[in-house]
Amino acid sequence: MASATSGATRDAFGEKLAEMGATEPRLVVIDGDLGGSTRTTGFMKKFPERHFELGIAEQNVVGVAAGLAMAGKIPVATSFACFIAGRLEVIRVAVAYNQTNVKIVGTHAGIGIGDDGPSQMALEDVAALRALPGMTVLQPADLAETRQAVEWMVKHHGGVYMRLTRQNTDQVHGDGYRWQFGKIDLLWKPAKAPAKFQATVFASGATCGNAIAAAKDLESRGFAVQVFNVHTLKPFDVEGAAKAAAASTRVVTVEDHNENGGLGSAVAEAIAERGVGVPLVRLAVRDFAESGTTEELYDKYGLSAKHIAEACLRNVD
Amino acid sequence: MPSTAEKRATHDYAALAKDFRVQIIKMLTEAGSGHPGGSLSAIDFLTVLYYGGYLKHDPKNPQAPDRDRFIMSKGHCVPALYTVLANLGFMPKEELMTLRKFGSRLQGHPDKRRLPFLEANTGSLGQGLSIAVGLALGAKLDKASWQVVCMTGDGEIQEGQIWEAAMSAPKFALDNLTWVVDFNQVQQEGKTKQQMDLEPLKAKIEAFNWNVQEIDGHDYAAIDGALKKAASVSGKPKAIILRSIKGKGVSWMELQTAWHGKSPKKDEAEKAIAEILGGK
Ligand SMILES: Cc1ncc(C[n+]2csc(CCOP(=O)(O)OP(=O)(O)O)c2C)c(N)n1
Ligand SMILES: [Mg+2]
Repeated sequence: MASATSGATRDAFGEKLAEMGATEPRLVVIDGDLGGSTRTTGFMKKFPERHFELGIAEQNVVGVAAGLAMAGKIPVATSFACFIAGRLEVIRVAVAYNQTNVKIVGTHAGIGIGDDGPSQMALEDVAALRALPGMTVLQPADLAETRQAVEWMVKHHGGVYMRLTRQNTDQVHGDGYRWQFGKIDLLWKPAKAPAKFQATVFASGATCGNAIAAAKDLESRGFAVQVFNVHTLKPFDVEGAAKAAAASTRVVTVEDHNENGGLGSAVAEAIAERGVGVPLVRLAVRDFAESGTTEELYDKYGLSAKHIAEACLRNVD
Repeated sequence: MPSTAEKRATHDYAALAKDFRVQIIKMLTEAGSGHPGGSLSAIDFLTVLYYGGYLKHDPKNPQAPDRDRFIMSKGHCVPALYTVLANLGFMPKEELMTLRKFGSRLQGHPDKRRLPFLEANTGSLGQGLSIAVGLALGAKLDKASWQVVCMTGDGEIQEGQIWEAAMSAPKFALDNLTWVVDFNQVQQEGKTKQQMDLEPLKAKIEAFNWNVQEIDGHDYAAIDGALKKAASVSGKPKAIILRSIKGKGVSWMELQTAWHGKSPKKDEAEKAIAEILGGK
């Protein structure tokens, strides 16, 4: 199959899911009237008997998925991230506590969705899902990474939350990229490695492209910055992150999520636990946002390449 | 697994249930906390369900793929389920006395991480019916013949998720699913009618397109008959509303909100057991 080179992570998810349905007969999909948006339509068309439309009833979507998992199926339950992660208590009991093999896929993550505005923007889902024992939390950055992460997710036995974008994201991986579960992924380093980096930037999902753009800009101005993609938010690569942080004079995190409990928090925990005494700047969303284009919103809410570059240089104290 | 008719013939439900009520009182007293009211209202149904051969099970092979699944959605009433399962041989009867104690497999609400023969961890009310729908869907996909039975409380079904689940089961013609409402008229803080009235419940569930029977939840013949009839209904999910009495069997607990969630003291337990064995 020819792979698309531009698109949203939800697109790659939908394609991969439909592809895997052919070889994994236990795979089933549960939707809550948003399959067109979450991109499960392809699976539904190919495998109608394994697609269950439950209407606008996300609690039941999660609970039924848990029951299907108990019956030996591999259920993938999808909706907008805000609506499905919003049913946290059901995920807590039916998925995490029951240790069911349920895959929860939330698309339309963050302010990047743009026009629809704050009610549709999930900004707390990573924080919430990260607090559930046994839950894996994934946020792939581009099409190639999403395809591999989806394959891993379906084959992995255990609860997974995958966070995907509505908008197209930059393709940050070259040909031959091999996704590695649980490991931070070096996206960019300057041609000449310095004794100490000006900054280490950790990005995740939609913000990876801007982080690379910022690092390139800084390189042209004589500052050496390295950029890592954190596709596995839980379990978090504490060792890898601490080691990368220790090689720089500061750390910057950038995420399309609330400042509390997401990537920035995970990095803070890692460097504190490993005693890496490096200042940290967290670029994240601090309020409910508003309607606009992704670019306009990333600019206003501090997630653009310009903000990332500035955060790498700004006086920290 | 022994055949249904064979099993049914050999059991005296009244005698069994009397014994189980005594064990429930004893284990709750020993635990020092727990929920007697909803356990006592549910025990007659559970006795007929398991001993009447309506729920295919095998204590020697609890994970048999073709077993029927029972989900205790009102997880706080799990002492009634523990009692039946222990008496059937799923675990030693003495273990009932470890209920709610540190290190016990018998957690205050069902925990299958410790007792793998339980089907689902519950305790957050309103969730069990969705899980049961998912299980029943899974069985249908596999063209398997096993059945799913889910028991909820009456207060519990004030939860919106119950009605999402209720809406979804008929869409998939889940005639391998039976939802049992233990309508014991009392919830945690008062009478169900006062907290949030559910009536007319039969009409409501029928309007959701289920086959509904409404019976006396303490009449063994009626329970037997309802389960038999439910087994013969096809094309629709089935519901059985048990018109029951919270605390049934101990006169001073019956319909008393206070006995929803406290365990009897030693002297109260003796009084309760004497009354149960006295057999009114
Ligand atoms: C979601 C949720 N809310 C509240 C509780 C606390 N709680 C435990 S039992 C109970 C009352 C249940 O009443 P009912 O369903 O009628 O059960 P029964 O009478 O059989 O005990 C409540 C409110 C809970 N366990 N779960
Ligand atoms: Mg009740």
